[in-house]
Amino acid sequence: MATTATIPVVRSAAPQNFTPPLAAAQPVAQLTSVIKRYKATTALDGLSLALRPGEVVALLGPNGAGKSTAVRLMLGLTSPTSGQARIFGADPRDPATRTRVGAMLQVARIPETLKVREHIDLFRSYYPHPLPYAEIVKIAQLQGIEDRLFGQLSGGQKQRVLFALALCGDPDLIFLDEPTVGLDIEARRGLWAQIRSLAARGKTVLLTTHYLEEADALAHRIVVINKGRIVSEGTPSEIKSSTTGRKIRCHTTLTAGYLRTLPTVTAVEASGEHITVTATHAENVVRAMLTADTNLSSLEITSPALEDAFLELTSI
Amino acid sequence: MSTTAIPYPTQRANTAIIYLKEIKYEFLKLLRTRSFSLSVIGFPVMFYSIFGLANRHAESGNVHFAKYLLGGYACFGLVGAALFGIGVGLAMERASGWLEVKQASPMPPLAYLLAKCTTAIAFGLIIVSILTALGIAFGGVHLTALEFAKMLGMTIVGSTCFASMGLLLALVVPANAAPGIVNLIYLPMSFASGLWIPIEFLPKFLQRLAPIFPTYHLAQLMESIFGYQNATPLSSHWIGLAGFTALMLGSAWLLFNRAQQNA
Repeated sequence: MATTATIPVVRSAAPQNFTPPLAAAQPVAQLTSVIKRYKATTALDGLSLALRPGEVVALLGPNGAGKSTAVRLMLGLTSPTSGQARIFGADPRDPATRTRVGAMLQVARIPETLKVREHIDLFRSYYPHPLPYAEIVKIAQLQGIEDRLFGQLSGGQKQRVLFALALCGDPDLIFLDEPTVGLDIEARRGLWAQIRSLAARGKTVLLTTHYLEEADALAHRIVVINKGRIVSEGTPSEIKSSTTGRKIRCHTTLTAGYLRTLPTVTAVEASGEHITVTATHAENVVRAMLTADTNLSSLEITSPALEDAFLELTSI
Repeated sequence: MSTTAIPYPTQRANTAIIYLKEIKYEFLKLLRTRSFSLSVIGFPVMFYSIFGLANRHAESGNVHFAKYLLGGYACFGLVGAALFGIGVGLAMERASGWLEVKQASPMPPLAYLLAKCTTAIAFGLIIVSILTALGIAFGGVHLTALEFAKMLGMTIVGSTCFASMGLLLALVVPANAAPGIVNLIYLPMSFASGLWIPIEFLPKFLQRLAPIFPTYHLAQLMESIFGYQNATPLSSHWIGLAGFTALMLGSAWLLFNRAQQNA
């Protein structure tokens, strides 16, 4: 088996700020060993993912990581080459399943000559138990622009309308594919507040993003994917501690307790004779370590492969 | 308070309302899209005014020129509405990702297609009514109520046939090239089928070529309402139009299924 040892895989048994209402609840949405190939390229390479009821999960990864493909599979817009996608235990293409799912996808252009009110009216008609019109307008903060044509709206307003359309059916499960892409900071934070309000209503949310900051702000659980595979998974704080900083590996007599007291050190792990220290300012830590232990040997400093990916992910 | 789990209600939304709203908003959307509504209504009106109304006194045998061209430009107008409304409109919605948003919703796919087809018919009826009013008011055209009713009926038939061609084009043509490609098909085909000037005035080789174009068969059926059709039996035009529609729908179905498999 090929080695991918430099990538830390953090699996969380108990997310810090989220407890599933029913421990053994059936997953709301599930991808099982999904492989998706488009001619020569492999978009998803054995991805397994389960969303528990009421959970907000962020699928984090650079462009081309397979995030949108995963969402399209769960929406039944495409079928897996192998593996399985199930929503509420059923086929995502089943019309009855679709009445319980909402989706905000990346759309280049939506019909510009319909009013905000008309777009919502049409989408509400698709569902057996739509959310009341006034409530959709309130949640998506569309008051005052309801009678404007879609084409006259600003970028942030357009995203809010797409968000409103995802809510029309009062879905239990909502997919948000790059909901804040192209928005300025203010509009982005506004949409974050609205996404949080969904979580407060007990909805299950899967959002894709290439901003670590966004995943951190919204999600109970972050799944980092790259090249169609999961590279890391855990609570936002676990993901952050496993990705920030560099790893210092060496042979030393210094104790783990002492090393933890050095500035910017986030983790210390001893394995056999070697000790691995994770620190944001590796240079300062190494300088302190060399001073404290003149016999220190086999020094190695590495950047986790993930950090390279995150350089792109985290730059907003 | 009962603690029994309530099964999630799985009944569907009212399908009739979905269809009606889909049609209403498709029509409103295209009516407000000036680049569409002004050109598909404006061009037939302009051409008919120039070539038809200007010839209000021209007659040849029992054929009144302005009335003959009313049939031709009625076909020209309704074909344009169907090809641009569906061919270009659907190609754009496919390319922009809007169609996927609709597909991810519980909207019945047939409602989407039916709304596009019904809207093409509605624009066809509007165009034919405007042309007829112009012909009667300024072209000296005499038309019985029955003839007008038959024209509207033929418009519904023609719009449906060319809606199927629009559907196929939307699946084949890249969205950014769609308006140009539709024009490249629509304009020469209209000319060669005698929609702009009577087919008898066209060069002989074009007259022999005409039966391969669906617009020719539609035009002959439209002219037959006034008794202006040529010597070919009418049944051949019905067969031509039906065969064309079946070919378009069949190809669209095959292509759509292939695209779904590769998606």
